[in-house]
Amino acid sequence: MLSINDLCVQIEDKKILDGINLDVAAGEVHAVMGPNGSGKSTLANVITGKLDNLTQGRITFNGMDLLDLDPEERAREGIFLAFQHPIEIPGVNNIYLIKAAVNALRRHRGESELDAIDFLAIVREKMKLLQINESFLYRSVNEGFSGGEKKRNEILQMMMLEPKLTVLDETDSGLDIDALKIVSRGVNSLADAGRSTVIITHFPRILEYIVPDHVHVLIGGRIVRSGGKDLAHELEKYGYTWVIEDTPAAVA
Amino acid sequence: MNQSTATDISGFVNREYKEGFVTDIESETFPPGLDEDVIIALSAKKNEPEFMRDWRLKAYARWKKMTEPVWAHVNYTPIDYQSISYYSAPKSDADRPKSLDEVDPKLLETYEKLGIPLSEQKMLAGVAVDAVFDSVSVATTFKKTLADAGVIFCSFSEAVQEHPELVQKYLGSVVPSGDNYFAALNSAVFSDGSFVYVPKGVRCPMELSTYFRINAMNTGQFERTLIVAEEGSYVSYLEGCTAPMRDENQLHAAVVELIAFKDAEIKYSTVQNWYPGDEEGRGGIYNFVTKRGACRGENAKISWTQVETGSAITWKYPSVMLEADNSIGEFYSVALTNNCQQADTGTKMVHIGQNTSSTIISKGVSAGRGQNSYRGLVRILKGAENARNYSQCDSLLMGDRCGAHTFPYIEVKNPTAKVEHEATTSRISEDQMFYCRQRGLSEEDSVSMIVNGFCKEVFKELPMEFAVEAQKLLGISLEGAVG
Repeated sequence: MLSINDLCVQIEDKKILDGINLDVAAGEVHAVMGPNGSGKSTLANVITGKLDNLTQGRITFNGMDLLDLDPEERAREGIFLAFQHPIEIPGVNNIYLIKAAVNALRRHRGESELDAIDFLAIVREKMKLLQINESFLYRSVNEGFSGGEKKRNEILQMMMLEPKLTVLDETDSGLDIDALKIVSRGVNSLADAGRSTVIITHFPRILEYIVPDHVHVLIGGRIVRSGGKDLAHELEKYGYTWVIEDTPAAVA
Repeated sequence: MNQSTATDISGFVNREYKEGFVTDIESETFPPGLDEDVIIALSAKKNEPEFMRDWRLKAYARWKKMTEPVWAHVNYTPIDYQSISYYSAPKSDADRPKSLDEVDPKLLETYEKLGIPLSEQKMLAGVAVDAVFDSVSVATTFKKTLADAGVIFCSFSEAVQEHPELVQKYLGSVVPSGDNYFAALNSAVFSDGSFVYVPKGVRCPMELSTYFRINAMNTGQFERTLIVAEEGSYVSYLEGCTAPMRDENQLHAAVVELIAFKDAEIKYSTVQNWYPGDEEGRGGIYNFVTKRGACRGENAKISWTQVETGSAITWKYPSVMLEADNSIGEFYSVALTNNCQQADTGTKMVHIGQNTSSTIISKGVSAGRGQNSYRGLVRILKGAENARNYSQCDSLLMGDRCGAHTFPYIEVKNPTAKVEHEATTSRISEDQMFYCRQRGLSEEDSVSMIVNGFCKEVFKELPMEFAVEAQKLLGISLEGAVG
């Protein structure tokens, strides 16, 4: 589904990503873990099109060259980013944005737009799962939302848009255990053999709820180690320093 | 002014003006130029009573002594008032386009985007309307509903003929004929407009809209509107077109007067989308308008809501004179300038009575090389005990070649007054844009959504259908503003 080859990003004189290779097959869950400043969010931004100044490399998504597509085209092809810091849009009702987004994707697929009644029925059902009350829909997008509400709103949007590839950018940060469970339930509700997820996180905890098939450790812009879900447990035990000491080339 | 400039200007003023007129009606159009004889002839053509003619002449005498104001934050080549023709008979059906095929396709494209039904498109484009056309029967139905309620709603010319006593009593009682340069010119030469009279205790049974005043569709560049709401009455008036009704004229100098008596309320909504000129600022309407309302009785309320997206230059300050105790004035405004458009708009709230209150919400959106100025006066007179004002002026900038300016004037002569003024200036952030686009919205839809959110406080004051069209209009007006 997603294939990243030798991806390098340099911003001014600083190499942020330095030769990333990553293949995510349909139905797989990949976790990308790493300390602050390791380049995790940059990776998310390159995949979704916020950043387009690559110095080197290639990203394909279902055979398409992603770098040829605008952010909205990538979204319409089924790439979704759950933002680390969801953006506030004053005066725009949450429901209005979600409906516009759902219909933009439907139009792209050649489907008719959902009418207000059908839309409301679907969104209410998803909100129940995320334990969000109705007033949520009529507040301005993310304005005055608590940290937890913002993250739930991202997952609500994800559930409504039913992406093929979801990138969760530190969705777990700032969530208490209960909220983390709810959010994870939302993500898992969408899981099937045709959808993939990339979880970007510092902490292994979320991986107890959304279980990865592969775990990659990103340090200094490079994937220094990849493994199964056990790698996350090892990281929990020994910390990132263990990987760094174990892989001297990573910090070179 | 040298010779060649004068020629340019006359070409400029006349160029668009000529369009759409065919030769066989030229005999119905006065030659360009303005003097007393033109006004006398104009008044005679309209078969006006003597008081009306004298009023026009008095206004003309004042106008001659006045000079064009230059304080507005706008730039334009001087207007040659002698190159304008001051009377043109309304187009007869024979002179109109016969079908939409004869109408500028660009205009039709805009109607399409606004989702305006075909029948209405015809009306807006000035296509000859035949007798079976739906809107005619619709208009007739409304006329009957209004008549049953005792509401008078007609063209100004008709009012002069049918209700001269009301016209004589109220005309110029809020905006005197010598009020300002453009108001004086309008008073001397106004061609037509609307007249509304709501009797005591009557709640006007429908929103009054210029849509249904078909006979006045082709009123000239000098419109005059007068609305009188008697004690305890209510009326909501919707002005202008939600679509770009392209006017042939360059200068549009209208006057609107509102009078609300005790416990009466007038709600006046405008969606203005005159031709803004092209991307380089060529052509477009000069929209120099004087709008003022007077609260003449206790608890009277006047509320102005305007969405200004058109015109090359907009110069207007819908105002409220809060003469009576406990009266309320409101001004909600969205002004958008794109390409080379310039807007200098705002309001005046004059607190005269006790416990009077006013609210001002102004949203300015600038894109392209647009220049957008808010100019507002809050004046609290000595006798206005416990007057309240709240003003909020927000500006949104797009790109780095546009400008937003705020000129608030506050004059307080009574120590019990409470006046609040808040102002913000912001840009559409890259982050907001990316967030919307990541959800699948195009760049233009993203901008439109963010700008509409910015303007929400004003849009919610508009009647429902109007609000929807205003939102679409905003999106259309901003096309090409990004990317």
